[in-house]
Amino acid sequence: MSAITVTDLTKKFGSFTAVDHINFLVKDGEIFGFLGANGAGKTTAMRMLTGLLRPTAGTGIVAGYDIRKESEKVKANIGYMSQRFALYGDMTVDENIRLFGGIYGMTRREIQGKRDKLLDNLGLSTQRNSLVSTLPLGWKQKLAFSVSIFHSPRIVFLDEPTGGVDPASRRRFWEMIYEAAESGITVFVTTHYMDEAEYCDRVSIMVDGRIEALDTPGRLKEEYQVSSMDEVFQMIARKAQRTAD
Amino acid sequence: MDRMAIAAHGLKKHYGKVHALKGIDIDVGEGEIFGLIGADGSGKTSLFRILTTLIVPDEGTATVNGFDVVRDFWKIRKEIGYMPGRFSLYQDLTVRENLDFFATVFNTSIQENYDLIREIWVQLEPFSTRRAGALSGGMKQKLALCCALVHRPSVLFLDEPTTGVDPVSRKEFWTMLERFNREGISILVSTPYMDEAELCDRIALIEDGRILEIGSPGELSGRFTGDLWSINADRLNRLLPVLKKHPLVETCFSFGSSIHLTTEAGAVTEKDLISWLGHHGQGEVSIQHISPTIEDRFLSLSAEGEHR
Repeated sequence: MSAITVTDLTKKFGSFTAVDHINFLVKDGEIFGFLGANGAGKTTAMRMLTGLLRPTAGTGIVAGYDIRKESEKVKANIGYMSQRFALYGDMTVDENIRLFGGIYGMTRREIQGKRDKLLDNLGLSTQRNSLVSTLPLGWKQKLAFSVSIFHSPRIVFLDEPTGGVDPASRRRFWEMIYEAAESGITVFVTTHYMDEAEYCDRVSIMVDGRIEALDTPGRLKEEYQVSSMDEVFQMIARKAQRTAD
Repeated sequence: MDRMAIAAHGLKKHYGKVHALKGIDIDVGEGEIFGLIGADGSGKTSLFRILTTLIVPDEGTATVNGFDVVRDFWKIRKEIGYMPGRFSLYQDLTVRENLDFFATVFNTSIQENYDLIREIWVQLEPFSTRRAGALSGGMKQKLALCCALVHRPSVLFLDEPTTGVDPVSRKEFWTMLERFNREGISILVSTPYMDEAELCDRIALIEDGRILEIGSPGELSGRFTGDLWSINADRLNRLLPVLKKHPLVETCFSFGSSIHLTTEAGAVTEKDLISWLGHHGQGEVSIQHISPTIEDRFLSLSAEGEHR
């Protein structure tokens, strides 16, 4: 069974087609990299897949639910994290965990049962009553990721999760992604770091609202006869016709 | 480097309990592209704000074009361009109005330095009547750069101009920077992207309010001591925990399609590593001894910092 099935998914804003008949499958347990230039339509596609935006045409099944007819069920069965907005800085570590657990539909008992283990795994037990704004960025990011998968979703969507982070934290973060994938959670991730594209099982590259390439990093490099995903990206994304606006 | 565009000595700055800068020394020569490489929260923005005369340091001194950042701040402001990390133009003015505004503030006009900004302006012109707040990220960035250049500054300060920008646009942005630099503009630019560090004349690695190291990209990677190994296999993520357990391995990180592993010079051989992996059920690997990049240097310096 696939975690995400997208058929002819399309979104128009007035006369502008932001996402233009895209088709793809994401397998269960896969780390899927969703790449594209700024303005290629990634955010719009992601907003449709997470049930936040209604498609103009086409269908999408995410975690077994129809993004058009069952968007609330989609939301309850996925996790979401972005670098731009992750946690509430003026709430404590513990409060954030309880808030997001609650939002994702966990009961008080479930939250209590898993909370200590999570804090322990992250080495944050002694800081559970600290405001999130006082944590170093690398820790905040690990906590945000842990919170996004706290309710054991089938799929987690990560929107540029590592922007602006130092090289060592960026790598430790990817080790957490691997662990989540090993535990069976499907990972759907966007990034502008092309070394991170290499860590994905498969990647797609969007250009002007369409998916121009989709394969494993290894096969894409072979097909374009280059040695890195950065070169693959440069070759494909330079075909873009429309401006970033 | 005869004259200094920027000279900073012993700069310290704290906000409440947070010590953002713990004694920063840098010199940027006239005509240099100088990169400030570090993560969010390392102190880059505080340094920018002191050098652009927006805040004053607690301790230490700094000059820009020979003018003191505290005493001569009004002179500095006429000679520099600053693009802050956060979009700081007027969202409710149009593209054209923003540019006109900045030109007027600096007592100049769009026409006066048109040759400098033409390349960016032609991309912005189709949207000239759009409000700045309604632009896409890439276009906002171009408008901010345009506004920072409209008075032909001699020193340009760019705080993370490419964060969140896709790889193609980043390359284009750097091509523009190199052109401005050829026109004689000195540039201080911060970035979290290590590939951009390679494009600077000199760089400073900054972490936790301190400069770890300064030099040309070649010098920095040349200071890497020890051995660096690149390891390739089909399922890299299975190798990481195994390699980390090896007693002689110092650091071990994913690096795109391979793993980079460091040891003391001569501590292990390729054979040792292969047999270690073999013992742990990881047979199909290839291992190479490789030369370090700036990112390798940065990672080994931060690892040392954690051990201190």
